Amino acid sequence: MAKTLNQLIDDIKRVLGDERISKISLALDEVTLEVPAARLIEAATLLRDHADLRFEACVDVCGVDYSAYGDGQWSGLRFASVAHLLSYTHNVRLRLRSFCADDDFPVIDSLIDIWPAVNWFERESFDLYGIIYQGHPDLRRILTDYGFVGHPFRKDFPLSGYVEMRYDPEQSRVIYQPVTIEPRETVPRIIREENYGGV
Amino acid sequence: MASEIRNYTLNFGPQHPAAHGVLRLVLELDGEVVERADPHIGLLHRGTEKLAEYKTFLQALPYMDRLDYVSMMSNEHAYCMAIEKMLGLEVPLRAQYIRVMFDEITRILNHLMWIGAHGLDCGAMTIFLYAFREREDLMDCYEAVSGARMHAAYYRPGGVYRDLPEEMPKYQASKVRNAAAIKRLNENREGSMLDFIEDFTNRFPTYVDEYETLLTDNRIWKQRTVGIGVVSPERAMALGLTGAMLRGSGIEWDLRKKQPYEVYDKLDFDIPVGKNGDCYDRYLVRVEEMRQSNRIIKQCVAWLRANQGPVITDNFKVAPPSRVGMKSNMEELIHHFKLFTEGMHVPAGEAYAAVEHPKGEFGIYMVSDGANKPYRMKIRAPGYVHLSALDEMSRGHMLSDVVAIIGTQDIVFGEVDR
Repeated sequence: MAKTLNQLIDDIKRVLGDERISKISLALDEVTLEVPAARLIEAATLLRDHADLRFEACVDVCGVDYSAYGDGQWSGLRFASVAHLLSYTHNVRLRLRSFCADDDFPVIDSLIDIWPAVNWFERESFDLYGIIYQGHPDLRRILTDYGFVGHPFRKDFPLSGYVEMRYDPEQSRVIYQPVTIEPRETVPRIIREENYGGV
Repeated sequence: MASEIRNYTLNFGPQHPAAHGVLRLVLELDGEVVERADPHIGLLHRGTEKLAEYKTFLQALPYMDRLDYVSMMSNEHAYCMAIEKMLGLEVPLRAQYIRVMFDEITRILNHLMWIGAHGLDCGAMTIFLYAFREREDLMDCYEAVSGARMHAAYYRPGGVYRDLPEEMPKYQASKVRNAAAIKRLNENREGSMLDFIEDFTNRFPTYVDEYETLLTDNRIWKQRTVGIGVVSPERAMALGLTGAMLRGSGIEWDLRKKQPYEVYDKLDFDIPVGKNGDCYDRYLVRVEEMRQSNRIIKQCVAWLRANQGPVITDNFKVAPPSRVGMKSNMEELIHHFKLFTEGMHVPAGEAYAAVEHPKGEFGIYMVSDGANKPYRMKIRAPGYVHLSALDEMSRGHMLSDVVAIIGTQDIVFGEVDR
């Protein structure tokens, strides 16, 4: 029997207590729980083990860079690590978010001891956003090239990157060179004010 | 005195036929026994998620086809569902049935590709040819509705792009085929597309029987798969396995039943589960899934025949107006222009939408700040998680079993590397 989401929110509030919750909200039939980074491990352990919650599986972990959110309206911390949890017992999902305390050197605790499934997701988030997962045993780059410099999914990293690769017939090997593609934008990114066009 | 024996490191791929694409696997071997498997991925990384941040919601849709390029429409489905969830959009019932029908066609397409490739990996050649024979018919269905055999871009936020065609495209006479051969080939293409699909669903169960006679009781097949890559139910959950990988271990979990989307709750089908969690059980689960998909397609065809209606929402902020309306009405012309130049605006917020993809749970996590482009889109690909479990699954097995395990995981690099 699936729980209703309001029940779930009550259960989470009761089990975790105020000090482990910075925000909990219900939107679009999804519950989002924000946890202070320092309390992440405690909260995650409770979420997995408590009989009323039982989030056995971590479906997804990803980094988010909020620096350009709302065209620069964002005032909070820049990097967040967002996990999506799933309870097979209660058939509910939960979004678990925690912000990294330092924008210049984002660090957060790894969930790998709680859900082994996050292994590659955390490596990916490290690779693409530069978020350091403390306690991860094997935090190597995963998707980018061997020897890649930078974290490509950060908002200040250009879409076409900094270097490109080509075969150089003179040196008869593959070389890197500064990127030659000119960035172009066909459709500009626009945020319309509310009730634009009378809707 | 025994001489010193050192472990052996083997590079498997990225150009190995059994690597299913561009997997580079660094294997640490003790003799022929695998001690550690370290998959190196990312050779096909195209930065889909980053690209989507620079495209409007509609422009980013065709990238979905290119993720898991053997189950194209299922990828689109999750993407459209995420957008619809954020917009609060109602999808017309007929579109929901069409989507479910094509999801199941896609599942059969995917499983056929898997059974062919898995068989090939383990030394069964014929099955590959059999599977591709049926794939051809289903690819023709893709082509008939979207114009493309693979990268369809058929599902759109709010529905599907067009209604099903009244006529099934036919083979044309050519230098290599005479009129009699063409007539024979076109026999089941005389009617509408639904007639063709129905004819396929009538034929398909016997085809599945054919595959089973080739493999199910085949001694070599069993030697290669029984007891290989065993995953206990607890480990399967902890490792984040989904789809047939999870059901093969005996956990009855299918989003189509547990968290039904579209019209799956109105349809009658069963969820097969395995018992031992080995490669053979996962094979049996997938074969049964093909039969169940066939059942679902049948029900969808029957419903679609009896019920007409719109196939895409009439909200012109999301879907284009009709051609006639656009040519004769100023208002609709403006809508058309705005939709294709600026695109739709999705309200600020976040949503996670998941579908039961042929390979497992395929999810899209979308963050929007109210712009006409996604702020962040995360693709949760099932194959990515499965491949991360390869190390644990292959430890202690022989080198040749690694190939069987890669086969049973149904890895496609488009979605793993994204």
